[in-house]
Amino acid sequence: MNNGDRPLSPHLQIYAWQWTMALSILHRATGTGLAAGTLLMVWWLLALADGAASFDTVQTVIGSVVGRLCLFGWTWALFYHFCNGIRHLFWDVGMGFDLDTARNSGYFVVAASIGLTGLTWIVGYMAMGAI
Amino acid sequence: MDLRAPLGRVRGLGSAKSGTHHFWVQRVTAIALIPLSLWFIYAVLSLVGADHATVSSWLQSPINAVLMILLLLATFHHLQLGLQVVIEDYIHGEGTKIASLMIMKGGSLVLAVAGTFAVLKVAFGG
Repeated sequence: MNNGDRPLSPHLQIYAWQWTMALSILHRATGTGLAAGTLLMVWWLLALADGAASFDTVQTVIGSVVGRLCLFGWTWALFYHFCNGIRHLFWDVGMGFDLDTARNSGYFVVAASIGLTGLTWIVGYMAMGAI
Repeated sequence: MDLRAPLGRVRGLGSAKSGTHHFWVQRVTAIALIPLSLWFIYAVLSLVGADHATVSSWLQSPINAVLMILLLLATFHHLQLGLQVVIEDYIHGEGTKIASLMIMKGGSLVLAVAGTFAVLKVAFGG
C-alpha cells in the first residue's frame, strides 16, 4: 500500500484565526504556564518549612520586579484558565454550543479574567498599604 | 452502524483502552479546584507582606494545612492529566513520548509529595 502521497488533512496554518480558536489555544497555554508556576509554589512551601532565612530569600525573589511581573502573569493565567475551565464544564454538559453563545462566553471569560486579575492586584497592594 | 463487538461495547474502553476515565478525573479535579483555587487566592492576599512566623502560624491552623494539601493534590493530579494530553499531541516519537510522560508524571509526583511534606512539617511545628 502506498502511504506516501495520500492527501493530508489541513494543518493549523491554513485556517483563518478565530476568536474561539485563539481562546482554546490560550487555555492550553495558560495551563502549561500554570504548571510551571507550581515550581514556585512548592519552592515557597519548602522554604517556609526550611526556616526564616530560606523564606526571606523566596519572598525577596517574588517581591522583585521580575518576580512581581511573573506573579502578575500567573495571576491572569490562573483566572483565565479558571474562567475558561468553567466555560468548558458548561460545554461538557452540552450547554452553550451555538456560535453566538460560544463567542459571547469567550468575550466574557477574557473580560472576567482581566477584571479579576486587576481586582486581585488592587486588593493585594491595598493590603500592603501601598495604595 | 457500530462495528464494535458486543463485549467491547459493554466494556466501553475504546481504542485507548482506558474509556472515559481520563476525561472524568480531569473534570472532577477541575471542579475540586474551583473552590480550592479561590481559597488559595484569598489566602495569598491575606498573607501579603507577612513574615515567616506569621505564615508559619497561618499554616499551622488545621483548616489551612488540610486545604493546602488538598490544593496540592488536586492541582498536581489535574496538571499531570493536562500535560499528558499536551505531550501526546505534540511529541510523536514513541520513545521520546514515553520518556517525556514518565519525566512529567514523575516530576509532578515529586512536587506534590515535596509540597505536602513541607505543609506537614510546618503544621506539626517544624
